[in-house]
Amino acid sequence: MELRSNLPSGPIDTAWDRHRFELKLVNPANRRRYHVLVVGSGLGGASAAASLAEMGYRVSNFCITDSPRRAHSIAAQGGINAAKNYQNDGDSVWRLFYDTVKGGDFRAREANVYRLAQVSANIIDQCVAQGVPFAREYGGLLANRSFGGAQVARTFYARGQTGQQLLLGAYQALARQIGLGQVAMYPRTEMLDVVLVDGRARGIVVRDLVTGAISSHAGDAVVLATGGYANVFFLSTNAKACNATATWRAHRRGAAFANPCFTQIHPTCIPNSSEHQSKLTLMSESLRNDGRIWVPQRAGDDRAPTQIPEAERDYYLERMYPSFGNLMPRDVASRRAKEMVDSGHGVGPQQNGVFLDFRDPIERLGRGTIAERYGNLFDMYERITGENPYEVPMRIFPAPHYTMGGLWVDYNLMSTIPGLHVIGEANFSDHGANRLGASALMQGLGDGYFILPYTIGHYLATAALAPVDAGHAAFRDTEREVSARLNRLLAAAGTRSVDSFHRELGRILWEACGMARTAAGLTDGMARIRDLRDRYPREVYVGGPGEELNQSLEKAGRVADYFELAELMCVDALQREESCGAHFRTEYQTAEGEAQRNDDRFAYVAAWEFMGDGAEARLQREPLRFDNVQLAQRSYK
Amino acid sequence: MDLTLHVWRQAGPTARGAFVRYEAKDVSADMSFLELLDLINERLVERREPPIEFDHDCREGICGACGMVINGRPHGPRGATTTCQLHLRSFDDGDEIWVEPWRARALPLIKDLVVDRRALDRLIQAGGFITARTGSAPEANALPVPKRAADRAMDAAACIGCGACVAACPNASAMLFVSAKVTHLGSLPQGQPERYDRVVKMVARMDAEGFGACTNHGECMAACPKEISIDFIAQLNRDLLKATLAPPPEGRSWRGA
Repeated sequence: MELRSNLPSGPIDTAWDRHRFELKLVNPANRRRYHVLVVGSGLGGASAAASLAEMGYRVSNFCITDSPRRAHSIAAQGGINAAKNYQNDGDSVWRLFYDTVKGGDFRAREANVYRLAQVSANIIDQCVAQGVPFAREYGGLLANRSFGGAQVARTFYARGQTGQQLLLGAYQALARQIGLGQVAMYPRTEMLDVVLVDGRARGIVVRDLVTGAISSHAGDAVVLATGGYANVFFLSTNAKACNATATWRAHRRGAAFANPCFTQIHPTCIPNSSEHQSKLTLMSESLRNDGRIWVPQRAGDDRAPTQIPEAERDYYLERMYPSFGNLMPRDVASRRAKEMVDSGHGVGPQQNGVFLDFRDPIERLGRGTIAERYGNLFDMYERITGENPYEVPMRIFPAPHYTMGGLWVDYNLMSTIPGLHVIGEANFSDHGANRLGASALMQGLGDGYFILPYTIGHYLATAALAPVDAGHAAFRDTEREVSARLNRLLAAAGTRSVDSFHRELGRILWEACGMARTAAGLTDGMARIRDLRDRYPREVYVGGPGEELNQSLEKAGRVADYFELAELMCVDALQREESCGAHFRTEYQTAEGEAQRNDDRFAYVAAWEFMGDGAEARLQREPLRFDNVQLAQRSYK
Repeated sequence: MDLTLHVWRQAGPTARGAFVRYEAKDVSADMSFLELLDLINERLVERREPPIEFDHDCREGICGACGMVINGRPHGPRGATTTCQLHLRSFDDGDEIWVEPWRARALPLIKDLVVDRRALDRLIQAGGFITARTGSAPEANALPVPKRAADRAMDAAACIGCGACVAACPNASAMLFVSAKVTHLGSLPQGQPERYDRVVKMVARMDAEGFGACTNHGECMAACPKEISIDFIAQLNRDLLKATLAPPPEGRSWRGA
């Protein structure tokens, strides 16, 4: 396996333009001869499928939910960044680029990030044209807010439902193409493997989740837009159906997996309340714009928050970081919260949270203004906890939320398997070691609307593809392997549920490879993961026939893949003997407790090649060059 | 708290269904309703019995995947709440709870509590969009949109497509769902060129899919977890009247325009 990043050379501000000009085009009349399979219908998948179909390609789109509109992008709350400088506060493409590279702690490619910042403005134009009801000012122009530590107001939003509205925009564009017959839509369909013919991705094997039927789809290129893998932790903010099977199966077929240990822990989630909890709920970090984070100064202080006088409260982020205060980047805010809880300052019935308090902003701005800004979030919080955040402070704690790691892709968003393209959270490309708030939506839509539609054309125009249909022997072989895997799971004669294994795996991984990692903890975690993986086929019971709707079987296959992925996450975290962004190795920190990078040794992308079951994955390094941004220790003091 | 559940079990679209009784002893009031079903399922699997199938995904009330009729009300007793956001503290110790799938001709049952909602997607495919090809968009601030119009569009766009309105309606009408999309897009200047074409096509498709007609019961609004207003149905009717009574010039109908 060879990593060829195909990064453009020369000045960065014109690199994408030059690259785009050099890409080969497919004649409009010829596009209908090409068939593209898009897996996933979130912001990346829906926007790519709709855009490709508009251009004239034949597209098939697959999603595991019952409608493409339910992809997990829909749950994003806060907003989407764009370098529009509508607020006249000095924003620019360059500043968004700089902020993103720095926020990612210098572990992303400059050229990718610059391109992302460039297309950000087009995304807003596109969404407004589709009817996305962004927040507006009284004069009718678009409103912005500052988000997640940015010192400019560049975030566009639609109340607390920005992801929903952006996804519905893309979904409606997709629906139009389905209605026109340009896109064949396959809901309740899960991709279980990718099929290679002559070394190129030529199709996928899927399971119809209603009938259980295994079938193949052939095409000229495959696009994975299947999201991230935070659900490997069991408890995360991701939707229950989010999983890593599509990317992991592609990895096993030859796609390098990059930076798997870069997982983001989001600072503002509702703390775990009981053993039966099925997921963690994120509260948009826009809440940090006004809310103030604090814990009681005295460890173990269990008075009601309203009974704790001002002088006995520790507004620790404001104290430690006077200029950024409560808007510190996610990784720092999360680690500080963990330290507070670990040192006995945690609040709530299980002492597992910190306060996010709106008393002062309500006094200053009035309850009405706060309700307008965060009303739906406050309602959601009250529904879940039974507490009214207008009266008592919210309790928050960090939770797994987003994965910066993913399948390795070149500048054209193609993986190490020719023809297999990967977009959105499923790839590794743009966020480095830490993603800034309101940047995930930007990347998903940037990839899908404005990057992949051009780069995939170049692949199709230059690949000289022979016709292949689903009757090809490679499809039959892959289908057999998929069926055999499912039958092994169905035949498992144990007594434990799939979920109980998943829960246990999540606990191991959270301890070993969560917010803070050590060599000893990672080594121990890997041994425990291997042990659990070995017990899984003997002790699990899946139940039910495979030829019908069987959600237990769906989960069983995903959990089997999580065991392998979890181990690779630990392997990756162990080899990266530095702290950067969300990857915090306790052994490597500054005197002030900040992440201590080691640029001489680790300014690279770690791309892992699958070497076979039981064999160690092989590490390939893609060096990162910084010609435009000066490498610096992140300092928010 | 202790609860008794009667859950509709049906092996497939043509199989005979029936309520099956499940006892849930000593469960926490902080549990969500879906977590209660998770717990029952975990125990069913331990006894090697088939678990209850139900749709769910985000579990934070935004994806629209979950939905079941609980004690006769779509999404259960609490207003403005999806099933996944319903917690057991909304019930009393000792309660008996009856759980059923959405029942509507246009949303046929697949298994247990899972129904096929693709008809709602086909309503959107019929016209619930603004034609704006990627790459063709003008500068976003070139066209100011009055805040009131944008807010109204957002109120309507909050629909999550769960289908509770259809399940609540005695006629199994999708009027609230369609009116929300018609109002969302029709409130914005970008949605004007296709406004009347859209309403005609979506209503025609609604009829073709086997959804019933609206007779102004208002059950849909009461069941809607996002509090979509039936004012939008009035908006739809106004647009539909205008489209059909005052067809466009040149003697063509909106339907074929």
